[in-house]
Amino acid sequence: MKGQELLRSIEAEYLKSDLPDIYVGDTVRVGVIIQEGGKERTQPYEGTVIAMRNGGINETITVRRIFQGVGVERVFLLHSPRVEYIKVLRRGKARRAKLFYLRDRVGKATRLKQRFDRSI
Amino acid sequence: MAILLRRTVSARPRGRTSFHSGQACVVIEQKEQREVSVGILGTKVGMTQVFSEDGAAIPVTVIEAGPCSITQIKTKETDGYEAVQIGYGAVKSKALNKPKLGHLAKSETDPVRHLCEYRTQSVGDYELGQALLADVFTEGQLVDVAGQTIGRGFAGYQKRHNFSRGPMSHGSKNHRQPGSTGAGTTPGRIYPGKRMAGQMGAKRVSIRKLEVVKVDAERNLLLIKGGVPGKAGTLLSITPATIVGQQ
Repeated sequence: MKGQELLRSIEAEYLKSDLPDIYVGDTVRVGVIIQEGGKERTQPYEGTVIAMRNGGINETITVRRIFQGVGVERVFLLHSPRVEYIKVLRRGKARRAKLFYLRDRVGKATRLKQRFDRSI
Repeated sequence: MAILLRRTVSARPRGRTSFHSGQACVVIEQKEQREVSVGILGTKVGMTQVFSEDGAAIPVTVIEAGPCSITQIKTKETDGYEAVQIGYGAVKSKALNKPKLGHLAKSETDPVRHLCEYRTQSVGDYELGQALLADVFTEGQLVDVAGQTIGRGFAGYQKRHNFSRGPMSHGSKNHRQPGSTGAGTTPGRIYPGKRMAGQMGAKRVSIRKLEVVKVDAERNLLLIKGGVPGKAGTLLSITPATIVGQQ
């Protein structure tokens, strides 16, 4: 087996097969497993996907939301066991791959048009 | 002071008792301590990441380690020291010359590209032709990995030694120069060891105390946490970690 194939086969054990189709502009809810004093619980985090990075096992999404008036962006490693679930709540219409322009916008201007041609 | 004294006293019985050769004895002792235990040769495959049980992403280097076979055992009687020579990297027999094939024929091993010797305290556990596979290591074990780093050619001060650079504009002509390299008439020379431009990389480096994350005995793969020297395809030597103060 060639080197790259070997690496892919090692990664394959850790890849999730049940990830939904996520596109830039979607509104998603991500369940993150948090450990607090020996206990585990799942904390939901909801926001807009403003960037995606494909990289096999290193695939990430950047989710932006406004929390208490402050913009918060979290990067989730999709195949990480700490990401318990990802639900797509709403499909958004985006005309570019990275929505970093949303960082400069406030309030109503941050809305994205909903698109209905992709199923949730 | 007291501790120092006690250490020297306890170290003495291992050396010879003659006072004249006392200094030489210490050197020999240090040499013995530096001996590595028998390791294994392998090829760097590349880097990826795996997840631990608690969900943390661990960066790992995948190494195709072995199969190696023992091609020669050196003993104190025959060679003056104890060591195990192993071979790695199967090749066609036409790739080797007759002396090498003859040497390998003694241990009845297939033609191999690389031969490597590891000094040990005792060679009792090893026998000629014995196969060393990746499963000589266990998960969680610490290892040292040695190999040749990526060559960067003749590199300047900034790239090779992280010197800071001069201003690029405003009339400055001191862009990537080293600055002063020493004093003037006294001493009238540059001290040895002064960091200067020169060949960077393409030299043997060992990275110590890396953790073995996973051992795939079936495919002879080692997953080692962190980076190791060289590009994919580099020949690597993996040995159990030498920890100062132990052994």
